[in-house]
Parts: sequence; structure tokens; C-alpha cells
Amino acid sequence: MNFMDWYRADRLPTIFCVGCGNGTVINCALTAVSEVGWKREEVVFVSGIGCSSRAPGYIDADSLHTTHGRALAFATGIKLANPDLQLVVFTGDGDLAAIGGNHFIHACRRNVDMTVICMNNQIYGMTGGQGSPTTPRGALSTTTPYGAEEGTFDLTALSIAAGANFAARWTSYHVKELTNAIRAGLETPGFSFIEAAVQCPTGYGRRNRLREPEDMIEFFRTHSMLRQKYDRLLAEGKLVPPDTIVVGEFVRRDRPVLGGKK
Amino acid sequence: MSKISFIQGNIACAEGALAAGCRFFGGYPITPSTEIAEHMAMKLPKVKGTFIQMEDEIGSIAAVIGAAWTGVRAMTATSGPGLSLMMENIGYAVMTETPLVIVDIQRGGPSTGQPTMASQGDMFQCRFGSHGDYSIIALSPATVQEMYEMTAEAFNLADRFRVPVFLMADEIIGHMREKMTLPDTVPVMPVRERTERSTLPFKAEKDGVPGFTPFGKGHHVHVTGLTHDERGYPSTTNPDVHERLVTRLVAKVESTRREIASYDVTNPEAETVFVSYGAPTRAVWQALHDLKDDTVGHFRLKMVWPFPDWVEELFPQAQAYIVPEMNLGLISRELERHVTIPVISVPRLGGALHEPEELIRAVEGAK
Ligand SMILES: Cc1ncc(C[n+]2csc(CCOP(=O)(O)OP(=O)(O)O)c2C)c(N)n1
Ligand code: SF4
Repeated sequence: MNFMDWYRADRLPTIFCVGCGNGTVINCALTAVSEVGWKREEVVFVSGIGCSSRAPGYIDADSLHTTHGRALAFATGIKLANPDLQLVVFTGDGDLAAIGGNHFIHACRRNVDMTVICMNNQIYGMTGGQGSPTTPRGALSTTTPYGAEEGTFDLTALSIAAGANFAARWTSYHVKELTNAIRAGLETPGFSFIEAAVQCPTGYGRRNRLREPEDMIEFFRTHSMLRQKYDRLLAEGKLVPPDTIVVGEFVRRDRPVLGGKK
Repeated sequence: MSKISFIQGNIACAEGALAAGCRFFGGYPITPSTEIAEHMAMKLPKVKGTFIQMEDEIGSIAAVIGAAWTGVRAMTATSGPGLSLMMENIGYAVMTETPLVIVDIQRGGPSTGQPTMASQGDMFQCRFGSHGDYSIIALSPATVQEMYEMTAEAFNLADRFRVPVFLMADEIIGHMREKMTLPDTVPVMPVRERTERSTLPFKAEKDGVPGFTPFGKGHHVHVTGLTHDERGYPSTTNPDVHERLVTRLVAKVESTRREIASYDVTNPEAETVFVSYGAPTRAVWQALHDLKDDTVGHFRLKMVWPFPDWVEELFPQAQAYIVPEMNLGLISRELERHVTIPVISVPRLGGALHEPEELIRAVEGAK
């Protein structure tokens, strides 16, 4: 199966703005699912609320579009009630880390067998560009009109600290690497977390001198640094620019899993 | 062989759920409901079921909804503060037509209130607590036997209507120990599942309820809390789609009011009629016994929602209704909407049950 075979043709086009990064991530995820060979009948796509969370509605399989922030709790119920089902969750930075932060750390702690893909656009896209827990310091949003003052969450680090078995971060520029990371996540038992930095030209780029979709993708290209290089530079005491996006696989381990096949 | 048992109401509730085939429990500890979770934690693994203690009640109800979509009978149990946290996802269960059972062992509120004392303060919360128009079913047990039987029946109703069904008990009934008969089996109605994939999984059958399409069976169903059409696809700006959906969600329950109603009528010729549900029913039983007056009747609700609004047909001679409740008068207000004679509310706060003498005085006052 090709990734296009997974789309519900009668639901296209999507509601996403022109140039939105969410479509790229969905394509990567569906390619990865095709590669591991899962059948439609055995996989359930789950999401919360937000632009990113609209993903399951476009996929021709069982799908649960839930309430804001709660996708992981719903997915936990599905997985534990029927461990034969494979779970893929789409979420946004606000959905996962603000309103859903508690469910996030507990799903990691339980190491529930599922793959969670967070489209991190550093903003609340759906509601029109408000600040989120990943909006960088100084960035403009409709609720940080003088620049964001709060610190941010490192979602990948959070997932590792909370106990996830697999964690990786890539961007919508890194289509191949992102696809491979999602595939590795699907294949790793336990909680797999893939953070995908994506452009939101409408809610974020427009207000932060990254107006065109390609501006943000170019930013991802020029500001990403492989984790190995980043670690080496740090070890050598060299300076790393604060807006660097550290990419790569961060953890792959084998802690006991909840909801594995019975 | 059925067997006689002397057990706590909360344990009877858990046993009733297990007998009905409940195989998933998601919950969060809260007095006075915790014994239900503890009993399920002990028993479910032995029948290949799943128990999970979630991080909060929002997660509990979410996990229960997720589990229900795999086709298992699923439930949670909580008390007022937990029920408040569940509200958004209860609306989600209504909108997505997810069958599930919520047990509320009511305690004194608002807020943390009286964790170990009984109340009936959540009777409107369970009916109206989530936003938007909707309908649910709520049962109200007055004995340990009923904790068992009504919990089991709640699953049948949930499956039939694809709605959340509430068991609205209280601390008194939940913690009381009393003799009961544990039957060998309970009636379990088969779920109306679709056998084939349909492009219209949310198209209702004649009774207003669509056949169920659990996950993992090739239905490819998209389930969303957004207003959706019969395909299950979001359709959020078409007024007709929204009106049709919400009207159906309400009508599928409300149109069966008379058929599913469950109540006891004592002395239909009575002039003064007690109306009760849950624990105060026990005080009414005692008062009727002490009074020995056949001009006094009793309308005892086992199903509170939907409300049986034809009360006047049942007590044609009634001059007044007396409604003892462990709140400041909730169901008495609902009753008032449906009758033309005086409704006398006998409220009780604090957790102690009405005294039978208090009810007898109320009868004298009404005459
Ligand atoms: C309980 C609740 N609060 C608020 C909202 C409004 N809301 C919808 S989407 C959203 C934020 C979405 O941001 P994010 O999760 O980052 O996803 P994105 O749209 O950026 O993909 C909010 C606040 C809601 N739907 N439910
Ligand atoms: S608002 Fe942003 S995240 Fe939402 S669809 Fe538009 S570009 Fe994508």
C-alpha cells in the first residue's frame, strides 16, 4: 500500500491552510504505516483537538477524534481493552503539552504501547495563533503581543524523562528522516514519541518574520543540528545558537510496556 | 443456584457490573465510591478484563470511552468532584453515541464538601452538566439488591440507546451492608452491531439508534465530537445537520420515556403522595409503615431520567406531593413542571437521612 491509499478520498481537500506543515507529517506517518505493513483493520488513529488533530479524519481506517488534550487517555483505553489494535496518535503542542500535559507524562510513565506524533508548530493554530507551551521566548502571538515571556517545554526531553521507550525529533523539512523515525517508533514496543517541528504560516510565521511557508522550511533546514553534533559541541564547550532545533533519535529502550499483545 | 449474601452496596454494584459482562474499568479514587474501583481491580484481571487507575477523572472517562469503542462493556465510578471533571467527555460520549456506565456515589457538595456523607446533589449535574442539549438515562437504587440489579441493567440500557447511563447512588446506599440475593445470571441483551461495513455508520435505524460499529472490525468508522453527518464526517456549519443530529440524540431516549420508565406506585388512590428516589425512599417506607394510612401514597422512582412526566395519571386523586430529597429540592422542581397540584419539598442537607417522623409531620402539614 502507498500512503495515498490510506486517505479518505471523499474528505479531500483538507481544511489545512496552503503551505501548512501538517500534511507533510501525515504523509510521512502513512508512508511509515504502509512500510510496516499494518492493515486497516488493525490500526486506530486517535487525536485531540487542533489543526493537527484533524489528521485522523482524513485517514480511511477506524479513527477517534476526541476532546482537547485527552487523546492519550482515550488511546490508553482502546489499547488496554484490545491490545491487538495498533495505536497512532496525532496531536499538537497545545493539545499535548498544555491542556493534555498530565495525560502526556502519565502515558509515557505507563509506557503504553502506542506511537504519538506531535506536530509542534509552536502556536495554537486552530484558534488563530495564541501562545503555546512551546512558543519561543520573544515570539509574537495574539496572546503574547509584546513577545512571549514564559519558558518552553522540550517535548522530546519531557517524554524521555517521563519514561517513553522511543523518542525522536525531526522537522517537516526532513521528510525521509521523519518517516524513518515514525517507522522506528511504530516498530518499538511501548510509548514512542515523535516530535515533528512544522510550519504554521498562518498562526506563527506571519507574525514572526517567516511569512511564506518556504521561509519556515528554510529556517528548519538552516537551524537544525544533528543530536550527535550538538552533543559534541556542548562537550567541547562551544556555543550553540539558542534557536537551534536539535534533531535525531534520542532514545530507544526497552522498559516494561503496558498494553502489549496479550 | 442463587445465593444469599450480606455485602456492601458498592461491592454489589461492582458484582452487578461483572455479572453483566463489564470487562473494563477506568477510575480514580474518590470517597465514597472507591470500594467499587478496588473490587474491580481485584476481580477484573481474573476474568481477562482490564482495570486501570487513571491520572484523573477526565482521563478515566476518556479511557472508558476508548475501551467502549473496542466493543467491551466499560464503566467508571466516582463522586461529585470527579463527575464535575468528567463533564466535557460525557458530552463527547453523548455526541459519539458511546455506550458506557457511570456510577456516582453522591456526597455532600459543592466542592470537596462532605466526602463521607450522603447527598443527592448531583441529580441535575448528571442530566444537564455538560454543555449543549442532550439526554441521558439515570437510575437511582435504594437497596443493596438494587445496586446490583440496576448496575447490570444500566449496561443493557447503555447498549440499547448508545448513551451514557448513570447509576445515581449515594454514600448511604453505597456503604450500607444489607442482605441480598446474588442471582446466577443477569439478563444481558445482545448488542446491535453492524455486520457489514456501511458508508453511513451513523445512520439511525427506526428507533433512532445506529447499529454499533466497534473498532477493529473493518468498519473504518470516523468518530468525532464535532457535529457530523451520517457518514460520521464533520459538518459544523450546516444548521440542518446540527439540528437533525441533536434532535435525534435527544429523541432516541426521550421518545421511549413510557416504555423504559421504572417506578413503584403504592396506593394509587392516595390524596397525599410521597415522591422519592434513592436513600430517602427508605425513610418513606418507614413512614408509610408507621402511618398505616391508605390516603397516603408513594411514587418511588427507580429511573429518574428521563422523568416520568405522567405522574398525575398514576395518582388521579392526589392533592399534594411531598418530595424528600437530600438536596435543597432538585427533582421536586422537575415534578412541579409536570403537575398542577402543590409540590412540597422536604430538603435535607448534611448527610443524615430524613427521619420518618419528619415525613409524617409533612403529611399532617399537607392535609
Ligand atoms: C476544552 C477546550 N478548550 C479550548 C478549546 C479551543 N481550542 C481548540 S484547538 C486549540 C489549540 C490547538 O493548538 P494545538 O494543540 O497546538 O494544535 P494546532 O491547531 O496548532 O495544530 C484550542 C485552545 C477546545 N476545543 N476545548
Ligand atoms: S492555522 Fe497553521 S496549523 Fe492550522 S492549518 Fe493553518 S497553517 Fe496549518
